[in-house]
Amino acid sequence: MAPRRLRRSLCAKLLLCLCLGVSAAPYCVAGSLLHKEAPEFVRTDLKHRKLDLHAYRGKIVLLDFWATWCAPCLLEMPRFAAWQSQYGSRGLQIIGISMDDDPVLARRVFNKLKLNYPVAMGDEKLGQLYGGVLGLPLTFLIDSQGRVQGQFQGETGLSVIEAQFKTLLRP
Amino acid sequence: MRVVSVRRSGTIAALLTIAFMFFSIQIHAQFGFPAVTPLSTLTIPEAQWLQPEALLHLLKSTGENRPLLLQVGSHILFAQGHIPGSEYVGPGSQAAGLQKLQARVSPLSRKKPIVLYCGCCPWNRCPNLGTAYAKLREMGFTHVKVLYLANNFGEDWASKGYPVEQGQ
Repeated sequence: MAPRRLRRSLCAKLLLCLCLGVSAAPYCVAGSLLHKEAPEFVRTDLKHRKLDLHAYRGKIVLLDFWATWCAPCLLEMPRFAAWQSQYGSRGLQIIGISMDDDPVLARRVFNKLKLNYPVAMGDEKLGQLYGGVLGLPLTFLIDSQGRVQGQFQGETGLSVIEAQFKTLLRP
Repeated sequence: MRVVSVRRSGTIAALLTIAFMFFSIQIHAQFGFPAVTPLSTLTIPEAQWLQPEALLHLLKSTGENRPLLLQVGSHILFAQGHIPGSEYVGPGSQAAGLQKLQARVSPLSRKKPIVLYCGCCPWNRCPNLGTAYAKLREMGFTHVKVLYLANNFGEDWASKGYPVEQGQ
């Protein structure tokens, strides 16, 4: 590709990333699950309840992959819980997927943070469904039709995520 | 000016290291996680950081010159994707993981080339590499390098088309 065209192509991709509200620090995974249907799954959450992603159609879902060893994840989650309280009535649903090897650790954090949204244990199968969870934090924004509208890898500014999901919520 | 900027960057690195340790200790104390004193990746001398392209080159070596490649992060992440030929001996942030690491390398010559990697999260946030590196140095290993992944394994290795295999 000619240098000028390559620069334009890269600029277009960067613009796309900015439009999606992804901050400059984490990378923008254009062309992965973006605008595709979010892979469905059924799990049992940490409170032993069925967690079926499909059941949340009609809601705006923030699907958050985290782990207890991920310090940025632990910082984000209280904010996610605050969002669940603040925006739940407008259709927001946060779902957490712990990528810990040991559910005891995940449950400890879940209880300590008094999370008000369902959290289930992930594994490599679920990670592969979502394109490979090869680094954390990783958060997907899924619209009411079940399509991925945002993918936030790394320490994305929370205000960026908030601004994006607010555009999808009921008034 | 150069001396001042070198001193300043050294001071910044030291401050970041202290901030990381304080932050990690707070987080882990809050959740009661097993007490392994967290060590920032900034405690690893920069001369031991290995860029991905350099590791690719090293992996072409054979015999005793080929480094032992050890992933000291998350097992679920390892199972989803790891560098071919690498072994899982983590996590470096937990006592059980360090024991696994120790058991794996104990029989080896202390001159054995070893490369540690993780890629769980941004380099300066990694809770695993600093402690794992320190453990190997404490055991007397003299040829230890650490794969530098600025953001995570997905972005800095897998998505660049470098070799990845899946499985336990």
